[in-house]
Amino acid sequence: MKRASDKLVERLLLAIALTTILCLLVIAVFIFKEGLPFIFKIGLGDFLFSSDWRPDSGHYGIFPMIISSLWVTLGGLLVGAPLGIAGAIFLSEFGPPAMMRFVKPAIELLAGIPSVVFGFIGVMVLAPFIRAVAGGPGLSVLAASIVLGVMILPTIMSISIDALASVPQSYREGALALGATKWQAVRMVVLKAGSSGLLAGTILGMGRAIGETMAVIMVAGNAVKMPASSLDSARTLTANIALEMGYATGMHRQALFATGIVLFIVIMILNGMAGSILKKKAHLR
Amino acid sequence: MSAHATSQRIAVGALAAATLLSLAIVAFILFFVLEKGLPQLSWEFLFSGPKDMGKAGGIFPAIIGTLVLSLLAIGISLPLGVLTAVYLSEYTKEGRLTKAIRFGTDCLAGIPSIIFGLFGYVFFVTTLRMGWSLISGALTLAMMVLPTLIRTSEEAIRSVPQPWREVSLSLGATRWETVRKVVLPNALPGIVTGVMLSFGRSIGETAAVIYTAGSSFRMPRSAFDSVRTLAVHFYLLAREGISTEKAYGTAAVLVLAVLSVNLLTYALMNRFIRRRAR
Repeated sequence: MKRASDKLVERLLLAIALTTILCLLVIAVFIFKEGLPFIFKIGLGDFLFSSDWRPDSGHYGIFPMIISSLWVTLGGLLVGAPLGIAGAIFLSEFGPPAMMRFVKPAIELLAGIPSVVFGFIGVMVLAPFIRAVAGGPGLSVLAASIVLGVMILPTIMSISIDALASVPQSYREGALALGATKWQAVRMVVLKAGSSGLLAGTILGMGRAIGETMAVIMVAGNAVKMPASSLDSARTLTANIALEMGYATGMHRQALFATGIVLFIVIMILNGMAGSILKKKAHLR
Repeated sequence: MSAHATSQRIAVGALAAATLLSLAIVAFILFFVLEKGLPQLSWEFLFSGPKDMGKAGGIFPAIIGTLVLSLLAIGISLPLGVLTAVYLSEYTKEGRLTKAIRFGTDCLAGIPSIIFGLFGYVFFVTTLRMGWSLISGALTLAMMVLPTLIRTSEEAIRSVPQPWREVSLSLGATRWETVRKVVLPNALPGIVTGVMLSFGRSIGETAAVIYTAGSSFRMPRSAFDSVRTLAVHFYLLAREGISTEKAYGTAAVLVLAVLSVNLLTYALMNRFIRRRAR
């Protein structure tokens, strides 16, 4: 009797455990249901590769937004990846353990700060600084890149620290025993052994950067055109959705959901890549 | 040899400088927001309603809105998260099914908040006709924090020593009784850590909340009333240039909230790890 009820509990738990998959499916179905008919209607090529975004006259080309998203994401990586990976190497390999205990959580605080606060600081401090030093409107690809870089820094650092921690101690000892300096051991052995984890962290950071919305809306300037330089204003895919969602109706609204589909697919691919890299590594260990 | 020593010195110096720079960025952000924002804080600012579209007065409804929305979201998500973790770690062996569930969890964690916003808007707000409301926002947020709750709960459950379960089972307890009376109580600190992390995320979330819970700046009277959270209020103040002073004040409240949630989580985790180590 007792065992029978235990079986029932198991079934119930299984049903609950399937909730995440259900959530994922429902999200995908509803985003695709709203956006796909639109893509079929105007054609994937016109949607992705036309630079003409004028919803009021029926032009829905998101090419400038795709390019802008790409620019700010790559810019963000250029800022966030070196800082995050360097911090991880220093804390894991060179700093005393006590430093790891305090500095890691301090830098990880960045992950908790709301994106609107990042955006605000970008507007109040960074944009005026860029305007004064380099010219241009200030609210720009460059400003967005720096803000995004800082936002993805903790993600990249944490995953890199895990990656370096998973490199067996004996590798370091072997290199040192062969007469390598500590830096040579790190550079030639530890970083090689941990490289897949560092890459996975960077890819996850990239996914975060592409998906980030509020901070980017506040600092990127949002002009609907191809950014000509890093000092130019730009509007990303996410910003386009968030800015026009409030008033869009009909085809225009569908176009925003179609933009969401593009974003959804790109991020699923990035996360899938990072996930398979991390899994392969776990398998090797 | 000395050339190697020099290159090591340069490399370590550069790495240390990068780490310091990251720390300096954190320090600058906290200092900037608190220095400008703390002077704006007052009893009146925290505990009274807004006047003149937020140009004057306080943020009390937004504080309540944030708390109620976050707690409701976690209240919905916590049982699902913990029970999923129980299933994954206590009731099944690793296999295709657990892989699929883990994959689903990872994907859900990677979806950007604006997509949750779009989804919540078309599903809860329009299709289910819940409107811009507390409940639409809470359900959307619940989906967003579910992966965190599953992962932290699973880690906490796995850290409960195996012999404890065996003792319980050998005394004639069923698996469910063992979970309820042995595993979950001992996994509690880890689960609380997950709750705190989710709370932190809910407080700061903006893109998903603004399209599901709306931005009405009145005290919610029911689950179907629209609410405005602190993050949304801050965004509107800053973006529409309503009042820079009030924006700084609101930012300070947000940052202080996130800071205390993080510190609490950190303290809790350290205590938890130390207790386990003993």
